[in-house]
Amino acid sequence: MAFYDGLIETLGLTDWCGEADAGGGGPLTMAELLARANGGGADGEDPATPLMDTPFPSLDTLHQSCEAIPRTRDVTEMVEQGFLGIKDGLRLVLDPLTEPLGWLLDASLSGFEATPWFIMIPLLMALTWFAARSVSVLALVTFSFLFMAMINHYDEAIQTLSIIFVCTIFCVVLGVPIGIAMSKSNTLQRISIPILDMLQTLPTFVYLIPLIFLFSVTESKLYGIAIILYAIVPVIRLTDLGIRLVDKDVIEAADAFGMSNWQKLTGVQIPLALPNIMAGINQTIMMSLAMVVIASLVSAPGLGRLVLRGINNLELGVGLVAGFCIVLLAVLLDRATKAALGRINSSEQ
Amino acid sequence: MTDQNNIKVSIRNLFKIFGTDPAAALTHVRAGLGKPELLEQHGHVLGLQNINVDMQAGEITVIMGLSGSGKSTLIRHLNRLIEPTAGEIIVNGEDVLAYDATKLDALRQNTMSMVFQKFALFPHRTVLENAGMARRVRGESGKAADKEGQKWLERVGLAGYEEHYPNQLSGGMQQRVGIARALASDSEIMLMDEAFSALDPLIRTDMQDLLLELQRELHKTIVFITHDLDEALKLADHLVILKDGAIVQQGEPQEILLQPNDPYIMDFIADINRARVLRVRSVMEVTTDPGTNIAGDVDANSNLERVIAMSEGDTNLNYRVMENGQQVGLLHMRDLVRALVPVEASDPARRMAS
Ligand SMILES: Nc1ncnc2c1ncn2[C@@H]1O[C@H](COP(=O)(O)OP(=O)(O)O)[C@@H](O)[C@H]1O
Ligand SMILES: [Mg+2]
Repeated sequence: MAFYDGLIETLGLTDWCGEADAGGGGPLTMAELLARANGGGADGEDPATPLMDTPFPSLDTLHQSCEAIPRTRDVTEMVEQGFLGIKDGLRLVLDPLTEPLGWLLDASLSGFEATPWFIMIPLLMALTWFAARSVSVLALVTFSFLFMAMINHYDEAIQTLSIIFVCTIFCVVLGVPIGIAMSKSNTLQRISIPILDMLQTLPTFVYLIPLIFLFSVTESKLYGIAIILYAIVPVIRLTDLGIRLVDKDVIEAADAFGMSNWQKLTGVQIPLALPNIMAGINQTIMMSLAMVVIASLVSAPGLGRLVLRGINNLELGVGLVAGFCIVLLAVLLDRATKAALGRINSSEQ
Repeated sequence: MTDQNNIKVSIRNLFKIFGTDPAAALTHVRAGLGKPELLEQHGHVLGLQNINVDMQAGEITVIMGLSGSGKSTLIRHLNRLIEPTAGEIIVNGEDVLAYDATKLDALRQNTMSMVFQKFALFPHRTVLENAGMARRVRGESGKAADKEGQKWLERVGLAGYEEHYPNQLSGGMQQRVGIARALASDSEIMLMDEAFSALDPLIRTDMQDLLLELQRELHKTIVFITHDLDEALKLADHLVILKDGAIVQQGEPQEILLQPNDPYIMDFIADINRARVLRVRSVMEVTTDPGTNIAGDVDANSNLERVIAMSEGDTNLNYRVMENGQQVGLLHMRDLVRALVPVEASDPARRMAS
């Protein structure tokens, strides 16, 4: 009846498979529906399949010959059920752990929004000057914000900035210690690297799926977690690398003069790894920005929401202008952090 | 020379084997397996074998050997930057290997300081902060550390460079900071691993002179590593010659020059200018007999080159050897000339063999 019937019989699996009655109970597979739509009922007489049309022995195909083999949709169903099964337990652990993130995101958002523009913009300028000490970067920041304010995108830009601000703090606070621990233990490094690779290579949409099930879409920590998971990778990697790259001779000198591990870490390793750590933070900020735009899908406020509106409603202008503001934000964040990094590097030479 | 009461550091039956199972490899080594065989048959590197050295307080002990002979490995055992496979290390009468982490830190902070071949200064700290580093590590106030750092920077000739960063200085100046850093810790023992090997020859001579000058004043116990025989002979009170992780000869440098006990050492000393290195006291006849036919007085510590110049090459002369205004011996020019010929050439048996 189905292509692999013969094979099942030859292997003597007929009994284990049970009655092969494809098309009987249970929902139909897409292939069966198509077959039915094409006129040939699943129960109808199959003409002998030519060799060139040999179907791949996929789960669905095999299921036609053998009931006991699950269909692909059963497997996805199982994955879903499995996830839903551990969901409550996971929530119980993750909820309290991630609660502070939600608070901080909300607090920062309302704080940034409550600050009037005539305080906020000078504040940002002061911060830029403090970090970068560069007139051109300062000018870039000033004009960008004035421009965005002029075209009524100031609020969204500030929302986006506020989210990046909080997420970057979390990435640094969590990522630097993880990176340090990785640099101290080869085993931990071997375990962590595949996880970091996975976090970095997974398409960003894939993150969102389990998170949506774990937390409700209205919770700000949902996008907070998505952003942090994605953006924390570079700061971890470069902290690990930076500490491992510290000159062995200098470490030996620190040991020879009887420095404790803590003195060595804070007095030698972190300061000497700082350029690398800062480079990691720069990348983390850029990745947060990329993710905060995508996270507008799960209710993250800010410029991303305008882009999404542009896509959903085919409002080309709205999307493009918001997109331009995102580019502006990216450029100024990059320039400001790079200038700060350059200052650290040159002070160390 | 060896004064049992004055031994600062003592290394006893020290073995170091690098590899996955050093204990097992050690039994092979004790059974007589050499370095190449151990590497070939068991995949372990024999770092040090059966090292016994006594280092006198206030002296410079020089450990010399070719690259890879185990010098750095040996010196790092003294402050346990490397743990031995077997043996004892006794500092001030205490077994350092029995120390726990706290006592070891105290030893490194207070008793021993180290100077490195590649300087190993902290690049993110100023010269002054580097110089006072040992004091800061001990928990002394920044002010005290700076005061001490300043003092030693001045002593090594770096006044005015306090606020520079190490990589703004030349190699020689960086190593002066390295020495100031070690001295500022006020430790009794200084470990110097090829401290001058990375420097240009002229700077190196300057630094050797600086070290000797400081040593005349400070009387530290210095362990100095070098692969350069001239440097070793210039600095050493006690010379230890290392080959493939084992000591081939140790003793007073002049003694080793005059009586090398190993072809390895003979090769080593074959090319040096013996007239400049050997001293009158090493070749004189020890006597207070006034002697006859005396051409003049020479100092016991002057080198043979000076005497040759004085004698204008006349081998029939005799000199009275003086030390602190007293006669300590007689120098016969004939003995002097004989001492100028390396043992290898003067020994007929060896000449036949080679
Ligand atoms: N960590 C190590 N693992 C394996 N072999 C080592 C290690 N450290 C040193 N060695 C070996 O020990 C020997 C002595 O090295 P070293 O003490 O650095 O020599 P030196 O300082 O005299 O040039 C060399 O053969 C070197 O290859
Ligand atoms: Mg070495």
